[in-house]
Amino acid sequence: MAAAQSGDRAAYERLLREVTPFVRALLRRHCNNHADVEEMLQETLLTVHRVRQTYDPRRPFSPWLAAIAARRGIDALRRRMRLARHEAPAGDFHETFVDSATNSDVEGIRSAEELRELLRRLPPRQRQALEVLKLQEMSLAEAAVASGQSIAALKVNAHRAMKALRALFARRGP
Amino acid sequence: METDRLIKTLAAGLQPVHRLHSPATRALLWWTVVGALAGALIARYANMGVFMQRVSEPRVAVECIATALTAVTAVIAAFELSIPGRSSRWGWLPLPPFLLWLAASGLGCLRNGLSLYGADGFLGESRNCFVFITAVSVPLAAGLFWMLRRARPIAPLPVAALGALGVAATAAFLLQFFHPFDVTVIDLTLHLAAIGLMVLAGSGLRRALLASP
Repeated sequence: MAAAQSGDRAAYERLLREVTPFVRALLRRHCNNHADVEEMLQETLLTVHRVRQTYDPRRPFSPWLAAIAARRGIDALRRRMRLARHEAPAGDFHETFVDSATNSDVEGIRSAEELRELLRRLPPRQRQALEVLKLQEMSLAEAAVASGQSIAALKVNAHRAMKALRALFARRGP
Repeated sequence: METDRLIKTLAAGLQPVHRLHSPATRALLWWTVVGALAGALIARYANMGVFMQRVSEPRVAVECIATALTAVTAVIAAFELSIPGRSSRWGWLPLPPFLLWLAASGLGCLRNGLSLYGADGFLGESRNCFVFITAVSVPLAAGLFWMLRRARPIAPLPVAALGALGVAATAAFLLQFFHPFDVTVIDLTLHLAAIGLMVLAGSGLRRALLASP
C-alpha cells in the first residue's frame, strides 16, 4: 500500500488482487448473495482508492482495510433494508399496448434535441449518472470510476433522474 | 469479470497521494493555529483582571479546565475517527471532561440558589452567550471541517458530531474570558443549547461538510 501511495501501479494492482478474497470473505458475513457481495466488494475497492492517503504504513494494513469493508457492508445492508421497506419486486411484463406510439424505440420523444433539453434540466449529478449508465452504457464499476460517484450514489441518482425525466415528460404534455 | 476490470481501471488511473499526517499531528496543528488566534483575541479584547478574579474560585477554575479539555479531546477524537480502522472508543474520550464541565457548572447554579434570574433579569446577558458561542463556532468549524474532510471519513456522523462539539466547546471556553458574571440556570441552558445546536447542525450537514474536496 505504501508503494501504491507513491504511485506504483503494478504494486497497487497486485495488492487489490491479493486482498480481494480477504474482503470477499469479510463481506460474506454481512450477506450471502453472490451478486450483492460482488457489489459490496467493488464499493470497498473504490473506497480504498478514495481514502488511500489515510493509510499509515507504520500501522497494520488489515484493520484499515477491514474497517472500510465493514462500513461498506453495513451501508449496503442499510440501503437494502430501506429499499425493502418502500419497494416490492415487480413481475415480468411482456405485453405492450397496440398503440404504435407505445412501441416506438424512444417513447414520446420527438427529437434528440428535445431529450438533450430535458436532460439539461436535471441536477448535475443525476444527469451525470444517466449519461454514464444509460447513454454511454458503462458498467456500474466503470461509471463509478469515471464519475467519481459511488455505486450506491450512481444507482440512487439514476433512479431519481428517471423519475424526474418522467415528471418532465408528463408536464410537457403529448 | 466486473471486479477484475475495476481493479485494472483503478490501477491504471493511480496517481501518487500525499500521505496524511497522524491524527495527533493534525490535531496539534489545529490547536496551534486556534491557540494563536484565541490568544490574540483574548489579549486584545478580554478583561483579564475580571477573569483572574473569577478563576480564583476553584469551581470556576475546574469549569474552565473541563471546558478546554472537552474541546481538546473532542477535536482529537474527530481526527482519530476520520481514519478507517481507529477504535470507536475514541468517541467516548470527551465524555469525562464534558461531565465534569456540567457538574462544575451545575454546582455554580446550585450555589446561586437555582435562580433563573441573573443580574440583568431572566435572559439578560445570557442571550449574548448564545450568540457568542454560535458566532465563534461557525468560522472555527469551517477550518476544522476543511481539515477533517481531507481524510474523506467513511463514517462521517461521529466525525461531524465530535468536530462540532470540539469547536462549540472551544467557543464556550473562549466565552469564559468575556463572561463577567456567575453562571445561572438560564445561562447554562443557553450555553448547552448553543452547543447542542452546533452538534445537531454539524451532524445534519455532515455530508456537505465532509464531502470530498
